Amino acid sequence: MEMNRIDGKNRGEITLFTLSTCIWCKKMKALLQEMAVAYQFVDVDLLDGAEKEKALEELKRFNPLCSFPSLVVNNSTCIVGFDETKIKETLKGE
Amino acid sequence: MARDITPEEIEAFCATIRRQATSSGYFLNPDEDFTRDLVKSLIVNRERYGYPSCPCRLASGIAAEDTDIVCPCDYRDPDLADSGACFCALYVSESIAKGERKAGPVPERRPAPEERGRPRSGDAAPSASLQYPVWRCRVCGYLCARDEPPDICPICKVKKERFERFM
Repeated sequence: MEMNRIDGKNRGEITLFTLSTCIWCKKMKALLQEMAVAYQFVDVDLLDGAEKEKALEELKRFNPLCSFPSLVVNNSTCIVGFDETKIKETLKGE
Repeated sequence: MARDITPEEIEAFCATIRRQATSSGYFLNPDEDFTRDLVKSLIVNRERYGYPSCPCRLASGIAAEDTDIVCPCDYRDPDLADSGACFCALYVSESIAKGERKAGPVPERRPAPEERGRPRSGDAAPSASLQYPVWRCRVCGYLCARDEPPDICPICKVKKERFERFM
């Protein structure tokens, strides 16, 4: 699955599942940019059939509802929705 | 790549949605840039799938599977009641529309993909004692007793396929 990588400060392995049409997903990307955090993201609605299935399978492990945005940190924590306080708290670093 | 959507198109679609909302007692998000962005995404989805499905949910592209998330979605009214906004916050409560409160994140109420195939709560068996079947609009709850549901819901303006048999 092709991930878009954004450079920035290392706050762990951050994977963001988004939709290109979703405004809350857009806000999430803007917040991560503002925080200058390194992360990778995938706009699931722009993927083709098999790739889309693969992305959803992966997302389902962390968020069974497969809702967007979903931010997976270090393959364990998943923040669902644009929860600004929680995102800042989780990614605040040392 | 999708074509560019002009500001005039967005404005026109926005005006239509706003008119329908206002005439039936609904309110759009007062943040106009936010609302325009959402309306643009609705146009993108309408071109991509053939219907304006919710910009904040993943559509399957199969119309019958996406009926519940065509905007306005089946979940708008319960989300307005519980959270003061629909899932993507295009529609908001009166107090948020007036700027008295802010829209926050709304938890997803649409069932998980594997739960969706189950029969809906509606589509009740016809009752022999009724002279007419009763149809319920899944979006706004409007009820009517007639042989067929109306082509357009007189309250929230969604199409006939959004009705379920209630009694």
